[in-house]
Amino acid sequence: MAPNDSAETTGSATSTTAARRKAARYVVPVAVAGVAAATIGLVPALADSGDPELPKISAQQLIEKIAASDTQQLSGTVRVSTDLGIPSLGGLAESFAQSAGGEQGGSSAAPKDRLTELASGTHTLRVAADGPDKQRLSILDSAAEYSVIRNGDQLWAYDSKSDEAYHATTDKAPDAGKHEGHTAPEGVPTTPKALAEQALKAADSTTSVTVDGTAQVAGRDAYKLVIKPKQGGSTIGAITVAVDAKNGVPLKFTLSPSSGGKAVIDAGFTSVDFARPAASSFTFTPPKGTKVTEADEAKAEKNVEKGPEGLTGLDKIAGGGGAKVIGEGWGAIYAIEAPAGEGLPSSEKNADVPPAAQQFLDSFGDKVTGKFGSGTVFKTRLVNALMTDDGKVYVGAVTKDALVKAADNAAN
Amino acid sequence: MSQAEVAPVRAGRSRSPLWTFGILRSELATTLRRGRTLALLGVLAAVPVLIGIAVRIQTSDGSPAGPPDGGGPAFLSQVTNNGLFLVFAALAVTLPVFLPLTVGVVAGDAIAGEASAGTLRYLLVAPAGRTRLLLTKYTATLAFCLTATLVVAVSALAVGALLFPVGEVTTISGTRIGVGEGLLRAGLIAVTVAASLIGFAALGLFISTLAGSGIAAMAATVGVLITVQILDTIPQLSGIHPYLFPHYWLSFADLLRDPVYWDEIVKNLGLQGLYAAVFGSAAWARFAAKDITA
Repeated sequence: MAPNDSAETTGSATSTTAARRKAARYVVPVAVAGVAAATIGLVPALADSGDPELPKISAQQLIEKIAASDTQQLSGTVRVSTDLGIPSLGGLAESFAQSAGGEQGGSSAAPKDRLTELASGTHTLRVAADGPDKQRLSILDSAAEYSVIRNGDQLWAYDSKSDEAYHATTDKAPDAGKHEGHTAPEGVPTTPKALAEQALKAADSTTSVTVDGTAQVAGRDAYKLVIKPKQGGSTIGAITVAVDAKNGVPLKFTLSPSSGGKAVIDAGFTSVDFARPAASSFTFTPPKGTKVTEADEAKAEKNVEKGPEGLTGLDKIAGGGGAKVIGEGWGAIYAIEAPAGEGLPSSEKNADVPPAAQQFLDSFGDKVTGKFGSGTVFKTRLVNALMTDDGKVYVGAVTKDALVKAADNAAN
Repeated sequence: MSQAEVAPVRAGRSRSPLWTFGILRSELATTLRRGRTLALLGVLAAVPVLIGIAVRIQTSDGSPAGPPDGGGPAFLSQVTNNGLFLVFAALAVTLPVFLPLTVGVVAGDAIAGEASAGTLRYLLVAPAGRTRLLLTKYTATLAFCLTATLVVAVSALAVGALLFPVGEVTTISGTRIGVGEGLLRAGLIAVTVAASLIGFAALGLFISTLAGSGIAAMAATVGVLITVQILDTIPQLSGIHPYLFPHYWLSFADLLRDPVYWDEIVKNLGLQGLYAAVFGSAAWARFAAKDITA
């Protein structure tokens, strides 16, 4: 009887203590979650702190370092983010290619189709190289991978998702440079090195090249080479190349637009290893039962290559007839007579473009008028194009105003 | 009187490792021998059989497996070349739905099932302590995760070897590895898949401590699973995706790259550990102070 009495009298006090004790237990999961959140937030910030201390170096010395770099062997993971300001270039490029190039053999493993994917969005790539003859490039996909493997004169592409392979035999030495173009359309970032070379080629009186501090890329100390256009009117704000301080290999490439905001192209190693990659990385034998598409012959392949792929279209059109270049350096504008220009999806070229498609195209553009008459400006974050109503096209990595000015000058 | 009361408790404490093993063993036996569990494992074992036979029938006239553009479940198109890929395909098919569903049933039932059957109080009468009982329940659930995954993998391996040729494995990077290493990687993948369920199992256990009946806990657990998986597919919510427990589930496929790409696998395991810590401790906070009325 006595115990019961005491339980009743102390009842209210015990229940509040018990409730408090109960609530106190929940501090544990909340604390665990809090610590985890703090760790996730803080660790990258701590890891980022402090750029490495490196001896001062001039831009000239740094470029020499890049040129002198004889690193032949490397493997690593590259992260590429591209934001050209186009809804989805993949789909767009595909429709261009279909209208321009027609049938393409329909293999999902054909390199051109797959590598244009890189022109939009964020991708993780793996690259490996062992001398000038052996390279491989893989695009990591969810539970699948697309690999392009070059070993001497053999070029294989393997798409694990559809289990299809693509095979091309190439002429050996003289073509070596071109094959870079086969495996990756120009203008699409594949390795930071290729990108840096492209950027440095443009360096002349119109360009300022400086070394701007240091950075850590993929755990390695690097110098930052900054390339900026001297003239105004360009859509390109700055190109930053992080160069490995030890061996001069470009590790990261960033192209920021002059309009500010997120980088248009950001390609950099997230991990890199300069040891010789395993020889097995460069051999490919199609598994039994895999569908293999042979590249018919070099010429057919070149025709396929003719479809406009992002920025390459520009170079090609410029090289073809009917185009001239206005201005120089960063402000260069390509002026094209549209009816003669290849591969642009203009209504002038295909009279039978359905009106809906035309409307769709127009919805991308801004109407502008000037001394030249009126036209439509198609804008991306990097390249702008002015298509006048009388069928002229002005294209360049310049602002809309610069395009209108060029058209005005041409009209005079 | 008081001496007599104290003596068994002391004996129990001094034999505590054995004690833990004892309740764990009995818990494992009850969980795995239950008819419901056996039925779930049977369904899991049937999935690879179905996939294998379907692919076999579809490709018997030489047509490729799966849609021509490589759609459908991962690894399905490689199954005809190499039966070992049926293991990967079956795990890729069962991981998003079937495996977590069965884990949800077992985890959701763990505490709430005992409570609704009225057996929980008898379990607590044993001098094991609530924390230890909870740990035992969680360990048994994890053991079920591993068992379920292995059932899928072994069934797929048997069916794959029976219906398709088995040979050198072409990794998804295009390089080749021998059968032995292929089997090793298959085993590693099965363990990774089982580990991917750690976080979800903890979540299920927590829900089980909240609910009053086993059915309610199972339904809630599976409901959470489906909701989170839907959230994981909405692109506008990409900011929270890295914190959702199923987000890195398919990263087990990275074990088939050459060289293996560890980044996402490590992220997945870290995330599962985090879920286990948060929901495990939440389950403890709830269960250790819960009034057991049934």
